[in-house]
Amino acid sequence: MAHEVVERVRDTEMLVVLGLQTGGVAFAELLAASLFDITTRHVLQGTLDVSFYRDDVGQRPFIASAVSQVPVDLDDRLVLLVDDVLFTGRTIRSALNALGDFGRPRAVQLAVMVDRGHRELPIRPDYVGKNLPTSLSEDIVATTEGVWIGTRGAS
Amino acid sequence: MITSIRGRNLLTLDQLSDAAILEVLDTAELFVEVNQRTIKKVPALKGRVVASLFFEESTRTRLSFETAAKRLSADVLSLAVASSSVKKGESLRDTIATIDALGIDAVVMRHSSSGAAHQVGGYVPHVRVINAGDGLHQHPTQGLLDVFTVRQVLAERAHAKGSETGKEMFAGLHVLIVGDIRHSRVARSDISAYTALGADVRIAAPGTLRPASLEEWPVRVVDDFDEALEWADVVGVLRLQRERGTGSFVPSLAEFTETYGLTSERARRLRPSAIIMHPGPMNRGVEIDSAVADSPAAVIERQVSNGVPIRMAALYLSVNGTAEETPS
Repeated sequence: MAHEVVERVRDTEMLVVLGLQTGGVAFAELLAASLFDITTRHVLQGTLDVSFYRDDVGQRPFIASAVSQVPVDLDDRLVLLVDDVLFTGRTIRSALNALGDFGRPRAVQLAVMVDRGHRELPIRPDYVGKNLPTSLSEDIVATTEGVWIGTRGAS
Repeated sequence: MITSIRGRNLLTLDQLSDAAILEVLDTAELFVEVNQRTIKKVPALKGRVVASLFFEESTRTRLSFETAAKRLSADVLSLAVASSSVKKGESLRDTIATIDALGIDAVVMRHSSSGAAHQVGGYVPHVRVINAGDGLHQHPTQGLLDVFTVRQVLAERAHAKGSETGKEMFAGLHVLIVGDIRHSRVARSDISAYTALGADVRIAAPGTLRPASLEEWPVRVVDDFDEALEWADVVGVLRLQRERGTGSFVPSLAEFTETYGLTSERARRLRPSAIIMHPGPMNRGVEIDSAVADSPAAVIERQVSNGVPIRMAALYLSVNGTAEETPS
């Protein structure tokens, strides 16, 4: 995936890799490390927490939040959002709104490890680790160790 | 014991478990980051209405609450009591009913009567009530921001993040609260918060300024204030509340300063690591010397700045959460 990013982005100088709290953070770190291996240039990275931007507050259980750390003003940057699983697209919508409070990026791209389908919003990832057709009754967990599919609610 | 303030009123700290307090502190940690941004606003309470009702004068608490509500994108209805119908003799119940009729989600209120916020909670059960100080009873957000400030300072010294330390910084921490305990709702909230988190709290006050029901409090009274200063990790100085007639509880202000004021001379007995706190507004030269208040050991301004993230956390959890999701 890092190679794909380098191919498309070419110049990583203006790139900022942001992992979405909490599932995307570990992947963003891995991706930034791989980008360094390929380009031998350090890539700016940070984290983004979207809990205060969600459109479904009060409709779903409270989500544990974590702190946002955006390393620079995002004006004219190329932002690469990284998340573990892409599902309805609502987290990404919240993330796009959150980004606006940190500046006006030149472009925003999205990398996800797993795309499980069932989008509720017109959002499309730029880089996908694995397309994984799922049923709504399933739960997907993706960590840097692997991916698990289980029955919803069973955990 | 209440284990989370999600979807609940915040009226007092003495019913909150350590988990409930830590949840507010950890959430406030996130809002500290929001307050450092160029755009200090998140849409968490967009479209919600917060009424700010201060029946008693206040600068920092009111500004702090209103700033907090605005940074969460809530709309704020601010009632200037001095120029309102309250002056025409309108009852508390009618004032609340009127404001409720405008459509509100939360009330932040300060009142000179103990229990006023609790009473309002009964009038409008569908509205979240945040107590911003009621009489001699409680001032919950002040207690929360005080423990938040202590944890922040101690975590910084240990090069750790506050949220990672949980309540470990408070285990056996020596907290000395000094001054007008009797009239202080801040003291009551501070004592609740510190003890819930595991600190060892002692108080120093002249006999006339100790509360009547002292035996029921989870604190020890120190006989020798000067000696206790050497023991303390944290010293919370309280304001001598002259507006509550405290003047008549002490022979003279000078005598109070002489015996229980944190003077420069007395402050020399403190450990170098001790933290000095004051909820403000200060009577400089009465309960605390100017030089002490402006010394590096004093974190008084930090207490004020922490007021905003703590109140954002309280509003966010109370207004946005639902009681059903509270872990039991």
